[in-house]
Amino acid sequence: MVDALLRSVFEPGLFSSGPVHTAAIIGGIAAVVSGVVGTFTVMRGQSFAGHALSDVSAAGGSASFLLGISPLLGFVGMAGIAAGGMEMIGVQRARGRDLATGIVLGAGLGLAALLLYFDATFTSTTGAAITVLFGSMFAISSSTIPLVVAFSLVALGMILVVYRPLILSSVSTELAQVRGVRVRLTESIHLLTLALAVALSAMTIGAILSTALLIGPGAAALRVAHRPAWAIFSAALIGLGTTWGGILLAYDSYYWSSDHRGWPVSFFVVSLIFIAYLVSGRVGARSTHRAPKPLAIEEISSSPTQSTRS
Amino acid sequence: MIEGAYDLAEDKGEALAVEGVSVWLSGREILHDVSFSLHRGEFTGLIGSNGAGKTTLLRTILGMQVPTTGTVRIGGSPRGAHGAAVGYVPQKILLDPDIPLRSRDLVGLGFDGHRLGIPLRSKHRRILVEEMLEAVDASRFADSRVGTLSGGEQQRVLIAHALIRHPRLLLLDEPLANLDIRSEYEVVELLSRLAEEQGIGVLISAHDMNPLLSAMDRIVYIANGRAASGTTDEVVRTEVLSKLYGSHVDVIRIHDRILVAAGHEHDGLPAHTEPSVWAIGGRS
Ligand SMILES: Nc1ncnc2c1ncn2[C@@H]1O[C@H](COP(=O)(O)OP(=O)(O)O)[C@@H](O)[C@H]1O
Ligand SMILES: [Mg+2]
Repeated sequence: MVDALLRSVFEPGLFSSGPVHTAAIIGGIAAVVSGVVGTFTVMRGQSFAGHALSDVSAAGGSASFLLGISPLLGFVGMAGIAAGGMEMIGVQRARGRDLATGIVLGAGLGLAALLLYFDATFTSTTGAAITVLFGSMFAISSSTIPLVVAFSLVALGMILVVYRPLILSSVSTELAQVRGVRVRLTESIHLLTLALAVALSAMTIGAILSTALLIGPGAAALRVAHRPAWAIFSAALIGLGTTWGGILLAYDSYYWSSDHRGWPVSFFVVSLIFIAYLVSGRVGARSTHRAPKPLAIEEISSSPTQSTRS
Repeated sequence: MIEGAYDLAEDKGEALAVEGVSVWLSGREILHDVSFSLHRGEFTGLIGSNGAGKTTLLRTILGMQVPTTGTVRIGGSPRGAHGAAVGYVPQKILLDPDIPLRSRDLVGLGFDGHRLGIPLRSKHRRILVEEMLEAVDASRFADSRVGTLSGGEQQRVLIAHALIRHPRLLLLDEPLANLDIRSEYEVVELLSRLAEEQGIGVLISAHDMNPLLSAMDRIVYIANGRAASGTTDEVVRTEVLSKLYGSHVDVIRIHDRILVAAGHEHDGLPAHTEPSVWAIGGRS
């Protein structure tokens, strides 16, 4: 009975399939990095910058097919260049931010359009456009794993180092400055981790959709968690859960119809993120806006035990 | 009167000395030869209408703005690194309700927010945060998100954030803006008490001096880029303020409120100043 139920959820072959393994590892890592970095991105109101970076990284992904290199290198390279460009134009200043982001985004997508056209005409990779823009997780080569791990460690390591200054400057750059935080440097490091995060998830769920993995879990986490560490942890967990859930559903979907046409993983991942966000609103509504405790009579009379309680 | 204060400085524990500070921004002189000093335990109001240069002066004291001429001494020594011994509550700080930060987290960031790496659980830090929250009467909302608190409650948390490293000097930029009268009163009471109890020099900017009158030991009045300082009775007088503004102003005392009103001669008024802002005592 239990066995039959498990069987209906986990289709036979799920755990022995090589591509599923690779997708679960790479997708999982990319989701965790996106969740962690994305929490800061949402907190800082830089979702648009994240979206721009991922769109621009599409140009790198497309170029990788022409150059015959790993798509990840293409995504990371281009997102890195775009982050540098945005930094130079002035993405950190609130007023220049949207402008700089929009300009870089436009240029990058234009380049992606050109390169994808070349991919289609000059090489035999007809599916390049779909892969680059919407991802094809089951087609990722397992040889990419070490590179994914390396980039992820760099991104997570940088976040760990600037953790406190980054939170403080997200609350208020002025408070951070007074505390002696090098705000500009801290924000540049965040932008760099952002580039790495979107490049990683561009490879798994596609450049267009990677924003969902960056913003969705972070936004959902901010609605339910009250402290930074919990928000980051929840976002990573939501990212991981939705990605693995998406892989599971996509694998199952192969058996849903008799002609065995599976649905794309990216669709399921993004749908699950959307659901997670809706659910977090319900959970958050009950807990997020926790009002201050009402001033009780005993507290006014301030007995010693009352005043020391946390 | 300022010369005299310098001599006292060493004895009374000087918290701040501003000497001959001028600041030029975009080719305009915002502050001209501003001098005053402030001792530990003193509560000083920095009063001036909008655009008078209050924020610029506070930023200069913090070292975020380099003066064109003049010096700033903090605790008797020339100012060193960024705000080493200075606590600061910035103007119009908007705490986003979406930021997952409880009051106690924000206070803790005042202690070690500049350090790299993740915070380690430390009893010392926890107790210190608890103490600060209690000192500003914020224990009741210690676990609430800062962004969801009322203006007065947020000010308390920001004051605790600024005080946790036990600075000798606390600067607050218009902390009473957007507060209702009751919170206004409570925040002033709190600051006045902290100044006395903890021996901190408090410098608080405001465009209306009236809420501060009961608590203020000294006043620094800025107008026209110039400053006059002393006790309220010494500074808020027709002769002193008229000289500062460069035109006749009337100082009118009604019960325990003070109204500063522009006279009829408008020649000396700076072009960008609306006549209405001259009624500094008015609460419009
Ligand atoms: N960075 C700047 N560049 C040029 N002018 C400035 C700058 N910052 C402030 N000012 C000008 O300096 C004057 C004083 O500003 P501020 O110190 O903010 O006044 P207050 O805080 O008293 O309202 C204003 O006229 C303002 O326009
Ligand atoms: Mg100001």
